[in-house]
Amino acid sequence: MKLITEVTGSGLPLLLDDIDTDRIIPARFLRCVTFDGLGEHAFEDDRQQDHTHPFDDPHYQGASVLIAGRNFGCGSSREHAPQALMRWGIEAIIGESFAEIFFGNCTTLGVPCVCASRSDLEKLAALAKAESEMPVTVDLANHQVRAGHLTVPVTILDSARAALTTGKWDFLGQLLEGAVAVRETAATLPYMTGFKA
Amino acid sequence: MTDRRNLFNKVWDLHTVRTLGSGQTQLFIGLHLIHEVTSPQAFSILRDRNLTVLFPERTLATVDHIVPTDIQLRPFADELAEQMMSAVEKNCRDFGVRLFDLKDSRQGVVHIVGPEQGLTQPGMTIACGDSHTSTHGAFGSIAFGIGTSQVADVLATQTLALSRPKVKRIEVTGKLRPGVFAKDVILHIIRKLGVQGGVGYAYEYAGEVFDRMSMEERMTVCNMSIEGGARCGYINPDQTTVDYVKGRPFAPQGADFDRAAAWWLSLASSPDAEFDDKITFNGSEIEPTVTWGINPAQSVGVKERLPALASFSNDDQKGISDAFAYMDLKEQQPIEGLKINVAFIGSCTNGRISDLREAAAIARGRKVAAGVKALVVPGSKLVSEQAVSEGLDKVFEAAGFEWRAAGCSMCLAMNPDKLKGREVCASSSNRNFKGRQGSPTGRTLLMSPAMVAAAAINGCVSDVRSML
Repeated sequence: MKLITEVTGSGLPLLLDDIDTDRIIPARFLRCVTFDGLGEHAFEDDRQQDHTHPFDDPHYQGASVLIAGRNFGCGSSREHAPQALMRWGIEAIIGESFAEIFFGNCTTLGVPCVCASRSDLEKLAALAKAESEMPVTVDLANHQVRAGHLTVPVTILDSARAALTTGKWDFLGQLLEGAVAVRETAATLPYMTGFKA
Repeated sequence: MTDRRNLFNKVWDLHTVRTLGSGQTQLFIGLHLIHEVTSPQAFSILRDRNLTVLFPERTLATVDHIVPTDIQLRPFADELAEQMMSAVEKNCRDFGVRLFDLKDSRQGVVHIVGPEQGLTQPGMTIACGDSHTSTHGAFGSIAFGIGTSQVADVLATQTLALSRPKVKRIEVTGKLRPGVFAKDVILHIIRKLGVQGGVGYAYEYAGEVFDRMSMEERMTVCNMSIEGGARCGYINPDQTTVDYVKGRPFAPQGADFDRAAAWWLSLASSPDAEFDDKITFNGSEIEPTVTWGINPAQSVGVKERLPALASFSNDDQKGISDAFAYMDLKEQQPIEGLKINVAFIGSCTNGRISDLREAAAIARGRKVAAGVKALVVPGSKLVSEQAVSEGLDKVFEAAGFEWRAAGCSMCLAMNPDKLKGREVCASSSNRNFKGRQGSPTGRTLLMSPAMVAAAAINGCVSDVRSML
């Protein structure tokens, strides 16, 4: 798999807290058997009710780095949420914090989610608003985000960083390599042998 | 020396296959539950990579999210739903996975079916492409929701790559007062710890209140762990757990059961077990609780007023104002008396027989208020059958509730049961997110099934304690 050590693109500010996955992709769009076409429905209901939503703002149409708030991606485990964001064009997310299942789903798709302080996020969001073309770089190797004159420290779970930067975010491939050990572990579990004496 | 590991760490260690290069654990999954919404793309991954299902007997499929709860004739009126149903049928056939389809008498909501069938057992690791998989933690298992790529991982390898979370013990002491239910306990915990309080943790629920709970009440509590940010929540197995599992179709039998029960009980956290964090609540202080906002932590006791905006930090005020505006509510107004348009009893949180009994006790001999649409949706066909045998369907229908077929129904918006426009719904489900119940502007008030029944009868949020 591709090594993901840094992602560069223009920023898209959406500095709101507790954005749940129902808002990222409303459930009616989960009536599908592929993830194709989800991108255009990202934040559909929020956008219908707010015509100034950043996902519709012409300034941000080429953006690929989402600047989010606290507990981003909470709620449902639907992978449709990161799939919709990714297919809309998002390649990395900077937030104050992330819900766990969402974070794992993003990592599996090669979309790094890094955490920054609230005040740094506000600065980044302000920069992206002032100069929507300005490149924002999420640098996993150096634990930082750079935009214009601004350099801010960010954190990411060590295991996710290791997986992304070494190109091992295709977990299925690695899990398959453990096939022999899987059968050995299974054989030690009492319920796998029907609790026979 | 006693084993001071808590149940979570014991079960995690037993299921650890190896450590991956990233530092994550390759964890064996004992039971995999799948449904029609989050599995089709996972089977596509298997086909694309020419893989098979490694342990097909460890996976069970059921259909719930898209199932209409009124007319279930095939093909469904909704072509997309029909396409998904055909996909799950074909995938299960092609890959040798057992499916409880609509023709099966055991069909129902995935988190109700697993325990009902005795598939959910203590000491197991359980995964499902659904965040409410935390429900199964009620048995003392490690159970959590996963994304679709991970559904493919489990199908192909029976394992997942995971980071070990920390464990937080939440003790609730004392005794619940009359009219206070398991739902109120978990809503209270989430209110106090917040919607992200559990991120990075598994919650262990312990103490007298949980010790006294039935398995169905424990499932209601564990179900909503994810609403507090904890991917997984559990209760240590005890005699209540053992008695519940005994005799169920997929439970071990005879001497095997006795060996199983001894093993299950041995996994419980010992009194001196170690935790990363602990907190204690007093159960006797918990009130019937109702959410007023757009996340499950935004709740108050039914006799309380909504919070004042100024009681929140500057950072939080923007979100709270947004919640007030969306719900069309004002700070410091009472919640009791708030008008509702719809009442929904059901879901993986509160769609079990004891939930229906509690709601029926309130509905019995009373009438749903004029203008309120009230639905009762059993969580499974077997729950429905039991309710009918007790005459609960007739109690509800006599009161003016609609009695429906098993499914996820109005908990989420993937089937014909949806709110319209700005409707306000008193709901026994688990999420009050914006648009959650199918109308992009619809409003949800979460509460216990008995409180939903009370709201349906009075046409407004009511204190069920005056109707017991």
